[in-house]
Amino acid sequence: MNNINLAKELAQITETDDIFKQPDIAHIFIHHHKVIQSHLLPGLKVDVKEFEDHIEVNTTVEKNSKIEKPVHMCFGMIPETGIQKMVIKNEIQENASASFLSHCAFPNAVDIQHIMDGTITVGKNARFSYLERHVHGLHGGLKIYPHSKIQLSEGAHFYSEFELIKGRAGFIDIDYEAFCEKNSVLEMVSRISGKEDDKIMIRETAHLMGEKARGFLSSRVAATGRTKAEVYNKLIASAAYARGHIDCTEIIKDNAVVSAIPIVEVNHPKAHITHEAALGSVDSKQLQTLMARGLNEEEATDLIIKGLLS
Amino acid sequence: MKNILEIKDLSLSLNGKKILNHINMEIWEGYVHAIVGPNGAGKSTLASTIMGLEGYRHYTGSIYFKGEDISKLSIDERARLGITFGWQEPARYEGLLIRDFLKAAAGNKNNDFISEQLERVGLDPEEYADRAVDKTLSGGERKKVELASILVMDPALVLLDEPDSGIDVGTLDKMFEVIKEQKKKKRTIVLITHSLAVLKQADHAFLFCNGEILEKAVAKKMIPYFKDKCIPCKHKNIPDKEGVRLE
Repeated sequence: MNNINLAKELAQITETDDIFKQPDIAHIFIHHHKVIQSHLLPGLKVDVKEFEDHIEVNTTVEKNSKIEKPVHMCFGMIPETGIQKMVIKNEIQENASASFLSHCAFPNAVDIQHIMDGTITVGKNARFSYLERHVHGLHGGLKIYPHSKIQLSEGAHFYSEFELIKGRAGFIDIDYEAFCEKNSVLEMVSRISGKEDDKIMIRETAHLMGEKARGFLSSRVAATGRTKAEVYNKLIASAAYARGHIDCTEIIKDNAVVSAIPIVEVNHPKAHITHEAALGSVDSKQLQTLMARGLNEEEATDLIIKGLLS
Repeated sequence: MKNILEIKDLSLSLNGKKILNHINMEIWEGYVHAIVGPNGAGKSTLASTIMGLEGYRHYTGSIYFKGEDISKLSIDERARLGITFGWQEPARYEGLLIRDFLKAAAGNKNNDFISEQLERVGLDPEEYADRAVDKTLSGGERKKVELASILVMDPALVLLDEPDSGIDVGTLDKMFEVIKEQKKKKRTIVLITHSLAVLKQADHAFLFCNGEILEKAVAKKMIPYFKDKCIPCKHKNIPDKEGVRLE
């Protein structure tokens, strides 16, 4: 399959076909370790190095640049087997703003590894949002390793969202660690649906090192079948007026097993961190309300989970 | 009068305490009924039992809806026959959009119909349809959303538990308006309440105390007794020895 057709197929799977017709939307499509299509805009620089066993992608949003529309990045593999290893560096320079929407598509995976080793740097007073949406097939033959180190400078805002709702999760190991300087704001959200014998591991850590740094870690997991899910959220506040909150909700059905371990550490008398977690079956009142409108238990549960992961 | 619901010799105990004690009652189709009484009298338990909610299924006696014994039916089976329930404090759903929440109750009804019901309860569909049924809604807004979902479902019998709980006067007026509209459409409504304002919306009332029906009467006759004797009564669900005959 040539690059154009590969890009089209990935776009179809990720429902992003429209972006090819829109010149004001930047995009970059990577299949395996090769860029197959890209379109850039002023203020956005992308430097790619392709290797046989991995690909390096350095993206820079230049100082004071505002990228108005989300930059679409599509990573994926059409074959059933293989390894995609990516070393990604995203740098959002001082006063710049951008949002990246990453679509990760592995529709036919039987035995695929997707390894993402990322570094994100958000400069002084810059704003960056990074949304990662996965589209997987039904086989569950996937191992996903999204690992990132995030550095927020003074006054930086960073929002990330990891979403894996379509298809099987397979094995997923999220590991994000963020370092937040003065007045920076960090929000990391993950929403994952596990089915059959999927295994989900989420580790998110934020160091609120600067005065008035704020951090929010949110995890939403719906685990069905024999899924096993473990969520480790850690917030460390070590400066005056640093504020943080951890919020974890996991719904289980069937024989799934979930655990959540929030770790909060406060090293300054003027810092404050809170956490809440709710794990277990679907809330009885929610369920019965929908059943009292005529949905059966299965339909009601599915709707509640759909809402939770939306 | 045609009965839409008949309850025969219904008794229910929770944690070893008898909450409903040999209840017999008939609910007439197309009327607004109130079940009134003090806290702990068994009113909400009765409504929960009629709906078949979790924890309220181990009762003796029978419940007939449109002549069919529904005692062994699940909540959703009862709902599909045309019974529904409005909670005193409606559930919240993280992330579930009002539009999807209402669609769940809609069956084959279209989106225009769903929007109309939101408008009927005083919520602008453009503003609310894409909001979640979560903690960002006030208590009054959640009550309205729940009421809209009941209207979308359009059941034959609605059980409303403490419909005035936690809402402001404007929202309550809107709810009363909707109750009147439903009555015009010949729908049957059962209001569970200890509020005089709510009782006044009913055609007919049952007075509950200590798990028993002390009296049944047209609501107008029940109001003065409820106001003067039942509300100030200091006993805890022990029937007034003087009796409550409303002749």
